[in-house]
Amino acid sequence: MIGVPLAQLQIQEPGGSDACAAANGFCPGWIVENIDRYWTPLLEHVYLTVVPVLIGFALSLGLAILAHRRRWLTGPIVAISGIFFAIPSVAAFFLLQPITGLGYTTAIVALVSYTLLILFRNITDGLRNVPAETRDAALGQGLTERQVLYRVELPIAVPEIMAGLRIATSTTVGLAALAVFAGAGGLGSEILVDKRFKSNVVVAGGLAVLLAAAFDLLILTLQRFMTPWRRARA
Amino acid sequence: MGDSSDRSTAEPLEFREVTKRYPGAAQAAVDGLSLQVPAGEICVLVGPSGCGKTTAMRMVNRMIEITSGDILLGDRSVRDRKPADLRREIGYVIQHVGLFPHWTIGENIATVPRLQGWDKRRIDTRVDELLELIGLPAETRSRFPSQLSGGQRQRVGVARALACDPPVMLMDEPFGAIDPINRERLQNEFLRLQAELRKTIVFVTHDIDEAIKMGDRIAILQEGGKLAQYAPPAELLMYPASRFVEDFVGSDRALKRLALQRVRDIDLWKAAAIRVGTPIAEAQAMIADADVSYAMLVDEAGRPKGWLSDRALAGERVTDDLRSPAHPIVDLDDVLRDALADLLSSETRYGAVVDERGALAGILSLEVIQQFLHAAPAASATGADLLRE
Amino acid sequence: MSTTLAFLGDFGEAIKFIFQERESVSGGVQIGGIPELAGFGATHMIVSIAALAIAAALAIPLALWLGHIGRGDFVATATSNVGRAVPSLALLAFFISFVGLGYTNVIAVLVLLAIPPLITNTYVGVRQVDRDTVDAARGQGMTDLEIVRKIELPLALPSIFGGLRISAVNVVATATIAPLANVQTLGEPIITPQTYGFVGQLGAAIVVAVITLAVDFAFARLQRAVTPEGLKLEEPARRRWFSLPTRRRLESR
Repeated sequence: MIGVPLAQLQIQEPGGSDACAAANGFCPGWIVENIDRYWTPLLEHVYLTVVPVLIGFALSLGLAILAHRRRWLTGPIVAISGIFFAIPSVAAFFLLQPITGLGYTTAIVALVSYTLLILFRNITDGLRNVPAETRDAALGQGLTERQVLYRVELPIAVPEIMAGLRIATSTTVGLAALAVFAGAGGLGSEILVDKRFKSNVVVAGGLAVLLAAAFDLLILTLQRFMTPWRRARA
Repeated sequence: MGDSSDRSTAEPLEFREVTKRYPGAAQAAVDGLSLQVPAGEICVLVGPSGCGKTTAMRMVNRMIEITSGDILLGDRSVRDRKPADLRREIGYVIQHVGLFPHWTIGENIATVPRLQGWDKRRIDTRVDELLELIGLPAETRSRFPSQLSGGQRQRVGVARALACDPPVMLMDEPFGAIDPINRERLQNEFLRLQAELRKTIVFVTHDIDEAIKMGDRIAILQEGGKLAQYAPPAELLMYPASRFVEDFVGSDRALKRLALQRVRDIDLWKAAAIRVGTPIAEAQAMIADADVSYAMLVDEAGRPKGWLSDRALAGERVTDDLRSPAHPIVDLDDVLRDALADLLSSETRYGAVVDERGALAGILSLEVIQQFLHAAPAASATGADLLRE
Repeated sequence: MSTTLAFLGDFGEAIKFIFQERESVSGGVQIGGIPELAGFGATHMIVSIAALAIAAALAIPLALWLGHIGRGDFVATATSNVGRAVPSLALLAFFISFVGLGYTNVIAVLVLLAIPPLITNTYVGVRQVDRDTVDAARGQGMTDLEIVRKIELPLALPSIFGGLRISAVNVVATATIAPLANVQTLGEPIITPQTYGFVGQLGAAIVVAVITLAVDFAFARLQRAVTPEGLKLEEPARRRWFSLPTRRRLESR
């Protein structure tokens, strides 16, 4: 197996017509002309964000509900996901390669492992922060434990869960920029194609930041729709 | 820096036209407050929420700055002092105590001595003294606030405030977060402490009963930070200055006054105390001289046995024929409110009052109590007086 | 079956790479082995420690003060939002293209990455100190400086060390891509596969992962050690296995 090709290509054509690009300036003209080359990496980046966050969310929700019933599981789950969280993503991309090979699978497995701690912690804290009297009242009305969880506790925990989702998503956007080391493309690969060319760095990096902001806005909007009772108060 | 520990004298406190106005607020929080607190007395600031009582208190140690007017501590304006220095000389106790959770009880109590740079031995001695004063075992000093009960923490809060023997103490609802039973105990403890220490104290509460119990003087504030009345508790209950004060002290203010007096403080009726075998003529003379038309049979020591019947007075000498037992028997040291309760519950008009030795000292009647309620309040009837025996 | 063997093979080779020198993929030079990796490791640690120290010196006093005066909800939230949204790779590339290569720029990038968690955690740590405690401190006559030093800082220490822990892990992780700016950290074999090959990349990844976990563990212990005794007694039941930034509390307000 050979390493990821990290050839130092030159995007701007030396001696080409664009004097600005040739002089490695920041060139709006070049950007407008070459914006097309960023679409594929951007879409890859979206994919590298959405898929891990969704898988991570499903896993964390399941684990959190499990730990909500069996409290003693919380410690070990947090400890293990804490270890995943601490391993640098660059290292993880290589550590996984012997098992999952070069490409999306490796990137996604690694990125999922980073979302676990954030999401699990926020979901369990959200559930735990439901006022005891609310829970008590629900049980007192005759709701079963299951109904209390799905109709009372989870809805009340939505703001904290969504806050966790926002943190996990923007973190994943940032880490996905390193997925190039797993051979999974994304905006990071565009940055590495020519890391010295200002226009390239600004466009690729800027797109990643914008992507994070866009996801944040999207989740915030989603949250407003999911928690009408908070809107009514505001 | 002045060492405050050597002078344990309290200082008088005076509010002069003190006003606090927050920028943008239509109404003043405290409006032209003027009152004098004599040295060694407890002045309670009481009123509904939003009346500015806490604001008024917090201006004393400049936790809140005065907009206009002045507060004098002794003869010095608090405005001339550096806030931190001023605060080190003023004890400060708040509702939630605010003990420093990362310090031991000993370190908490030693807060101000440490700020003042006392040496370690002196601090240790002082902490031991204070722990004893507030009735906590000496080993408490190495524990942490989280290991203490609410009442214990409140005591530590008081000890911390007393550490440098400040001439003035500020207390903001100090017992507000304590359950009723422990609150009563802490109040009594504190009054006993105060009888010894004689600090000048500004005490904030929203509870009129606590105000009546704790205050040598009570300042009732009404909304907008205006002083409605400033008077000793008995006077306040007797002569409310306005409709607001009347409402605030409550329709049971007569009963509250009774809680401030002991049986010995009022003019009791005289009864004929007659022993068995007393010649009738002598007995008749005693009855004529008494305020009550019935005669009380007493034993050799003068202890009441019961009310004599007509038959007992019909012969040559008085016999032990009783019309009714001597019930209730009231102690001279009983609080009037409790004595009244005894009278009412035994459904009689007269109660025999006895002194420390159990001898008849006089008769308490509903009329006596009524007379007291219509008379001018006694000079210094306060809750603190009741605890001083 | 063959995948498993290959995996063991790669893994075994990678571990051998860590401990034994070998000839490079392209030939001609000796690579790997303890001496070379120790050199990379030293550089890695120097840039990381320098960055963390500078970030702490800048961020902690600032956030302590913001927390003390209670104005900084916005700053604390905004820095951590922006901090998370900017990919470390993009930030490094930005410095490379606009400022240049070398130690200073790498350290600058790492400082920028380390600051947001420090600000957020310090700020939140101070704000979480019971307001009654601070009021009592002021009422006893403590000056602002004394309140910060004796009350707010000690009580915020667990949270501050939580921030240091996150920043340290971030910094050590990001220092791995420092060779892109010609600073030869432990990421060198990862960035130059043409010399080191996949075995070198994997070996370096193992070393980086082990070091980061060690740093994480060390800071977790430190965090526990700086927690005032009186606070540990407060919640004995719930031991925190891992403390993430408490930012969530700002957001859910």
